[in-house]
Amino acid sequence: MGNSNFKDGSSLEDFGIEYAPAIESTSLVNIKDKYGLFIDGNFVDSSSGKSFKTLDPSTEKPLSVVTEASSDDVDRAVRSAGVSYEKYWKKMPGADRARYLFRIARHLQERAREFAVLETLDGGKPIKESRDVDLPLAAAHFFYHAGWADKLEYAFPQRKLEPHGVIGQIIPWNFPLLMAAWKLAPALACGNTVVLKPAETTPLTALLLAEVIRDVDLPPGVVNIVTGAGETGSAIVEHPEVDKLAFTGSTEVGKLIHRSAVKRNLPLTLELGGKAPHIIFEDAALDQAIEGVINGIFFNQGHVCCAGSRLLVQESIADYFIDRLQKRIELLRVGNPLDKNTDIGAINSLAQLERIDQLVKAGIDEGAEVFKPSCSLPENGYWYPPTVLTGVQQSHRVAREEIFGPVLVVQTFRTPEEALEKANNTPYGLSAGIWTEKGSLIHWMAERLRAGVIWANTFNKFDPTSPFGGYKESGFGREGGMQGLTAYLKNSGGHS
Amino acid sequence: MPTSTITFRETVSSIKVIPVDEVSLEARAASLATRSIKTTSKRAALHLAIRCMDLTTLEGADTPEKVASLCQKAKRPDPSNHGVPSVAAVCIYPEMVHHAVEATEGSNVKVASVAGAFPSGLSTIEARTADIADAVKRGADEIDIVLNRSAFLAGDEQRAFEEIVASKDACGKAHLKVILEVGELGSYDKIRQASVLAMAAGADFIKTSTGKIPQASSLPRVLCMAEAVRDFAQQTNISVGIKAAGGIRTAKQAWHYLVVIGETLGTEWLSPEMFRIGASSLLNDVLLQLNRLDSGSYSGPDYVTVD
Repeated sequence: MGNSNFKDGSSLEDFGIEYAPAIESTSLVNIKDKYGLFIDGNFVDSSSGKSFKTLDPSTEKPLSVVTEASSDDVDRAVRSAGVSYEKYWKKMPGADRARYLFRIARHLQERAREFAVLETLDGGKPIKESRDVDLPLAAAHFFYHAGWADKLEYAFPQRKLEPHGVIGQIIPWNFPLLMAAWKLAPALACGNTVVLKPAETTPLTALLLAEVIRDVDLPPGVVNIVTGAGETGSAIVEHPEVDKLAFTGSTEVGKLIHRSAVKRNLPLTLELGGKAPHIIFEDAALDQAIEGVINGIFFNQGHVCCAGSRLLVQESIADYFIDRLQKRIELLRVGNPLDKNTDIGAINSLAQLERIDQLVKAGIDEGAEVFKPSCSLPENGYWYPPTVLTGVQQSHRVAREEIFGPVLVVQTFRTPEEALEKANNTPYGLSAGIWTEKGSLIHWMAERLRAGVIWANTFNKFDPTSPFGGYKESGFGREGGMQGLTAYLKNSGGHS
Repeated sequence: MPTSTITFRETVSSIKVIPVDEVSLEARAASLATRSIKTTSKRAALHLAIRCMDLTTLEGADTPEKVASLCQKAKRPDPSNHGVPSVAAVCIYPEMVHHAVEATEGSNVKVASVAGAFPSGLSTIEARTADIADAVKRGADEIDIVLNRSAFLAGDEQRAFEEIVASKDACGKAHLKVILEVGELGSYDKIRQASVLAMAAGADFIKTSTGKIPQASSLPRVLCMAEAVRDFAQQTNISVGIKAAGGIRTAKQAWHYLVVIGETLGTEWLSPEMFRIGASSLLNDVLLQLNRLDSGSYSGPDYVTVD
């Protein structure tokens, strides 16, 4: 049969597991040269005239210029939200609020491809994830909470429910649009108005969402979106007319916000870092557990607060499992995030890349063995290969600190007790994963693991009906489900 | 019953059968099916799909003429384009073997025959091995038999195992494909167990289905078998092939299978020696897709031959 060659350069032997590029088109996305702040239903300039650039982290090329909100701008936004709360939103029946949320959800679905491409351009995540995870889930959060808007009194009967008023919300760069949906949908469903700040490296999808919010005729000022970095965020946190704060991001910043909120007795919910144990017992469905571990740590380049970053594998299968895992990692395709076959995209920012690199080096200095696959990385942009550190001890920095990158640390255990002890021995407690075919062991572990979300024989599964949130330094308050509503209602009896 | 140096106790019991999680297995298969195959990869995949194809007719109404027509198609799938390779084999009933041998003479198309009380396998092992030996004697290069699901599901794994050993003996030099009939096994765990059992008993290939029941090949089922093949190769150094059959009708389905095999077992398995697709109507869809790549437009079913 041989190697007949064709005019397009292919040969019969070409189909290995190398795929020709399959690049998603960017023609749907119209990125503006400059974006204003979304205040009181309009895009406006900053009073200070300051702005900053947002980049495509896979090429380091600038995408657009975004306005930096000063404390005066934040003040305008908060006042607009306050006026709008009194004038429209507080008085509006729940069924009418629901109509707006349903409309936002439908617009997100209709423009899903456009949002997905923009999310990938601005944040560096693979298009298959923004297309198959971020967008469907963001729309689902609006749909789900739209359903609650006129049923709150049934969720919390016999209680005198009341919205807080103006909510200040600050979200991270790992799931820019999805985190905006997690924050906005329950706040609006419960009758609050909002000032939201997206992260400074990934503001574009939130600004496109602002266009959607304008297009669905949401009353002006119900949602205000202000862009900027730490100073803009602290202007929201410190503003005297904000009635409640909700923050998702690093534990470090979360602690600062907590300090400030406590002084004023301000309601607060925090969703912070994690260092999740992913526990593999010897009787597990090992091929699927491998996929779970891959998904747990390499999904979204490991920029996931609930990432399964600490692999705890039973000693009797450790060699087999790690060998299989390394072979599987060799198959991961790192590169152009717009390629539909890309598994791992770009690191979100230079600062994050440096932090990952620094922590891995610290791990190696402390005696960990490092495994990286043979894949090549693009020359420009911010990249880090999927990495496994073995021989890691509980006292190593890489076993204790959140890396927030595609880096897995591996430890072993002998008994369920030992797995549990190691799993819980962390200041964090956001999530955990268990793989075993023995149902009673799943229950035994789940009862004792101190983590807000526990996945059994799966990982990184999200649903708007299921509450999400942490123990210990991973924060407090829940997002999603009926429990998530309590964060945005007074007198509901839950945490708010 | 013929004896073999392999015993059930030594093989099956020494090979660890790893449990399978249904939800995550199906999620992985679905994720592999999102691989986007374009341009050069698409052409290579379509050619490979043809080279790995067992062009099949297994009807009670099969005639020598029908088989001759099938063999012609197998040798030269696209009469107008000599660049299109021939398929791996034709797959037929034992009664038709000598017609197929005649019609494929001088080509590299192999003759595969089902045998051994296909598709149920429910006659005596003596009758089944005689059926196999007869097909081999008529000139079959490859024999497709069925696993004794009755014995396997009743818990008599040893009998199912020893029958495959006996069938392998009856094959002589012919290659043995063992059909697990995955749609009757009831769970992925059973598919994985049956895969290990057939491989340990000496199968050269494990095959999904007879094509005679509605539940046939699927991506997760083949993924499950591929994972068993991979572990078996690692533990024993014996590389066993996989044949997906039943319900595979479109070019897109075919390249999904190639992706699953390639990403689970590696490129070594992406060849007719290690992977087959059993199908009857798939070939024409692949030809239409190839024509489309060449001409830029989609021609239609009257531009490929109906055989």
